[in-house]
Amino acid sequence: MIKIEVNGRIIEGKDGEMLIYALRRAGIHVPTLCHLNDMFPSGACRLCVVEVDGEKNLVPSCSYPVRSGLKIWTHSERAVEARKTIVELLLANHPDDCLYCERNGSCQLQDLAENLHILRRRYIGDRNRFNEDISSPSILRDPEKCILCGKCVRVCEEIQGVSAIDFIGRGSSTTVGTAFNEGLNVSSCVNCGQCINVCPTGALRERNQINDVMAALSNPDKFVVVQHAPSISLTLGEEFGLKPGADVNGIMTAALRQLGFDRVFETSFSADLTIMEEASELVRRIQTNGPLPMFTSCSPGWVKFVEQFYPELLPNLSTCKSPQQMLGAIIKSYFATRENIPPEKIFSVSIMPCTAKKFEAGRQEMERGGIADVDAVLTTRELARVIRMRGLDMHKLKPEHADTPFGERSTAGKLFATSGGVMEAALRTAHFLITGKEMKDLEIKEVRGLDGIKEAHVTIGDLTLNVAVVSGLMNTRTILDEIRSGSRTIHFMEVMTCPGGCINGGGQPLNADIEAIKARMRAVYKIDKTEVIRTSHQNPSIQRIYAEFLGEPLGKKSHELLHTSYQKRTVLV
Amino acid sequence: MKQEIQCILKRYPHAGRDKLIPILQDVQEALGFISKESVVQIGEHLHLPASKIFGVATFYNQFRFEPVGRYHIQICRGTACHVKGSAAVLETIKRALKIESGQTTRDGMFSLEEVACLGACGLAPVIAVNGRFHAKITPEDIQGLLNTYRQKGESSDE
Repeated sequence: MIKIEVNGRIIEGKDGEMLIYALRRAGIHVPTLCHLNDMFPSGACRLCVVEVDGEKNLVPSCSYPVRSGLKIWTHSERAVEARKTIVELLLANHPDDCLYCERNGSCQLQDLAENLHILRRRYIGDRNRFNEDISSPSILRDPEKCILCGKCVRVCEEIQGVSAIDFIGRGSSTTVGTAFNEGLNVSSCVNCGQCINVCPTGALRERNQINDVMAALSNPDKFVVVQHAPSISLTLGEEFGLKPGADVNGIMTAALRQLGFDRVFETSFSADLTIMEEASELVRRIQTNGPLPMFTSCSPGWVKFVEQFYPELLPNLSTCKSPQQMLGAIIKSYFATRENIPPEKIFSVSIMPCTAKKFEAGRQEMERGGIADVDAVLTTRELARVIRMRGLDMHKLKPEHADTPFGERSTAGKLFATSGGVMEAALRTAHFLITGKEMKDLEIKEVRGLDGIKEAHVTIGDLTLNVAVVSGLMNTRTILDEIRSGSRTIHFMEVMTCPGGCINGGGQPLNADIEAIKARMRAVYKIDKTEVIRTSHQNPSIQRIYAEFLGEPLGKKSHELLHTSYQKRTVLV
Repeated sequence: MKQEIQCILKRYPHAGRDKLIPILQDVQEALGFISKESVVQIGEHLHLPASKIFGVATFYNQFRFEPVGRYHIQICRGTACHVKGSAAVLETIKRALKIESGQTTRDGMFSLEEVACLGACGLAPVIAVNGRFHAKITPEDIQGLLNTYRQKGESSDE
């Protein structure tokens, strides 16, 4: 640590680190619109400029290394004036329709204008005029609101390895767009929504399905069923001022009932179901030398990624539908029959941490006889919006239990919320299926945590399995290339599209920093540690559905309802 | 078309991204424009995503993404032509043909390109159609000029 002088006081910094980090640790806030933590600085927005003794010009603190003897003023008149001018210039061609914007109240540009006390339009430029790209089932793009910070481009390329979008054109006519300005729906976009999470303005947002859901809820002829994904109860609270990781499961259930849903189910139940099918599939592949490694298939961004970039590895993807689609299929078959409701009268909603789930629900493979397994998908953010629209007070609602028969889950199902969770849950059940005994230690520490690539060697009976857990699709490229070249032997690989898994999904509350993600992850493992039923095969509701309806894992019914196939996709990659 | 592009790519074995622009130039010279198909093939060759290639190509005025029309109109936007009113001429052409610079009319008859200087400042404002210069053009001249070329194009079709 070395000492530097900032605004007349001494703070500590690491030699060579970028100044902005030292400032933040010391509690000195300089704004930025383009900086992504722990990634190479781009220095595009210039908002983080500070005055450095001995430098003629202001320097951007995001890309100025700390060295001893530095003397800095972060909020000198010159620095603040420069920031204000930058924001005023950004506003010069921005559509001033904040009141009608998705990000009204959560927009970083709006915040800056407010913080810098900008009260009039100082520069008048030609207002941006572009068509909105509404082609994607998951993500809408409004280039008029884009300030060209470049964060979406970088996340898409450097974190996800997809590069669906890039800067198009030059100078003042630059835009962010796809190759040949095609719609996102025919681009290589995997719908993950990480771009939305980093977008400072309303230029990127999820396709809103609130109206569809509201219409169904007020239609007396519809029986409206909702399922919520494992991570939702751990992140929804943040939208209502609770600390990251606060579990609002019971309160959310109560809220969903108040909204008028006829049944509230947990996707964690069908995560258990996924494990039964997927662990059985793994065991079968091992015993019959089926295509290995087997890849998990719960994450629809990852599935599309394989379909378009690695089609030759499609046989390696588990044929299991994702938990969302499994529960969707079960609701419109088993549940419909049991409750004597015609499937076409059921409107099935899912609350997901994910924008790609909207795409997944619309896939052709995910319907039977013209009836979709899932009718509408809301993100965590959309659910929060609905709750606010209906004036429900999350701090006053009394917790309630989910409905039977799909409200009961094991902690293994809940683990699906985080990277490594599917792996852990699957291995617990695979161990039982192969040896007939439970694992001695259910916790597989090597696959926990926020690392992008995690590996473990797991002994089950006389088998040793090499398993890998990957999150952030860029990381999968490394491993897939090694698998393809034969330099790495893996039997089972879990992939979650978003870094850290669903707790950091593209539909989650905005502005989550690394600490928030860690807190969400801790909350998942706390649930696993404190509850009794920790394996999917021990979930009584799972045992019942196999006894009453499905028969056995990988059986005829399962094949029909719970498994699917994938196809090579030709997109402009 | 595929083979033409492959021929070009063969001239750049083991190339990295620094060869992108020379390759794009070769493709445009061979095809007259940068096609989607060529972007895919260049991407495979250089291990670059299509969006990146499109991003680089759109940075430069020289690349176009539609085939040129039967009559390719180059309008000079150099200083002398600008002073003599080439902006108004450009507007008139765009409106008459309902295309922007870099585009081609639907019937494939005309395409439009803005160039920095045609090197004929004494004739400003100047446009070139398939390399043939038209001097001291005014917005009023445009419709007649386009009609002449269109008739020529249509009659040679028959």
